[in-house]
Amino acid sequence: MKTLVLTILFALSLSLGSFTPSSDGYEVGDYATNFDLKNVDGNMVSLSDYEDAEGFIVVFTCNECPYAKLYQDRVSELNEKYESKGFPVIAINPNDPERSPADRYENMQARAEEKDYTFPYLVDETQEITRAYGATNTPHVYILDKEGKDKFRVAYIGAIDNNYKDAEKADKHYVQEVVDALLNGQEVPLTKTKAIGCTIKWSNA
Amino acid sequence: MKLLIILILALIGGQSLFAQEIEELSFEELNKRIRSDNETEVLVVNFWATWCKPCVKELPYFDSLQAHYPTKKVKVVLVSLDIEAEAAKKYRERKNIQSEVVYLDEVDHNAWIDRISSDWSGAIPATLFVDNSGQEQFHEGELSDEALFSQVNQILNLK
Repeated sequence: MKTLVLTILFALSLSLGSFTPSSDGYEVGDYATNFDLKNVDGNMVSLSDYEDAEGFIVVFTCNECPYAKLYQDRVSELNEKYESKGFPVIAINPNDPERSPADRYENMQARAEEKDYTFPYLVDETQEITRAYGATNTPHVYILDKEGKDKFRVAYIGAIDNNYKDAEKADKHYVQEVVDALLNGQEVPLTKTKAIGCTIKWSNA
Repeated sequence: MKLLIILILALIGGQSLFAQEIEELSFEELNKRIRSDNETEVLVVNFWATWCKPCVKELPYFDSLQAHYPTKKVKVVLVSLDIEAEAAKKYRERKNIQSEVVYLDEVDHNAWIDRISSDWSGAIPATLFVDNSGQEQFHEGELSDEALFSQVNQILNLK
């Protein structure tokens, strides 16, 4: 009888185990890995290409997701505002193009051209960088504070602002507040937020 | 008189042909519904959207739950996070969804995601299971029909 109870408890604990979410990826304060990923223009882009950068606004985003689309102009505006100040935007498409054909390389090129992206829009073919960072959905922002050559401290993880439908009505501009604080040498007000987005389409292979 | 009755019946019958609006709830309203229901043995709250492929894939499993447990108080609430309620409404009609579908009328997701579960990254699909003692289990990501039914079975058998 006791064995039976134990077996049941064990089975229970196993099935409940699947309810524990994975906590892979970076936390704020961790050092993020550099990368070397292919841009829509065919060139490889690495964080170390930006010698004068103070940091980066890394945005995991994609072509297809409605939330990503609602935010794409805001991502462009972030680059316009902060690239010259030393915080360029780097967009990374994490999706497996097999599972999400809208995110194929040629479709990314088309989107970048149509939307006049002034920032790199990179492919994470192996999804290794996405996994290392721990991005879960699109759009998902990681703000990196450059502390030295190839030393990129994660200063913020989360959403762009607090109104996905209407940028005009957002009254908390999380990313801007963080970058402004970093540029002014102030403490970052909020280091982590959550945002609904589309799940990253991981390769089945 | 007979004609009048027929006419009235036809009108009433005709009404049901018109699509019912989807209830649009604030998070507070939704939260109240989820957390003050101590009648239902298993309340299954699934967060989805019509544009989310894994969500619509698993939706039929959720929609079959209530009918699967005719003697149990199992209730399913499908919370649409679509950009417009209209999308969820049309989808419900097209797929003839029987479970309750509500639209969450919130734009600041960061303000409420943690209140469903602090384990939730914000990606959908995501599902919250609540039993009538208020015990909660949260699952982020897709569920197979086996996993969903075994989860509900488990909660029912625990009593």
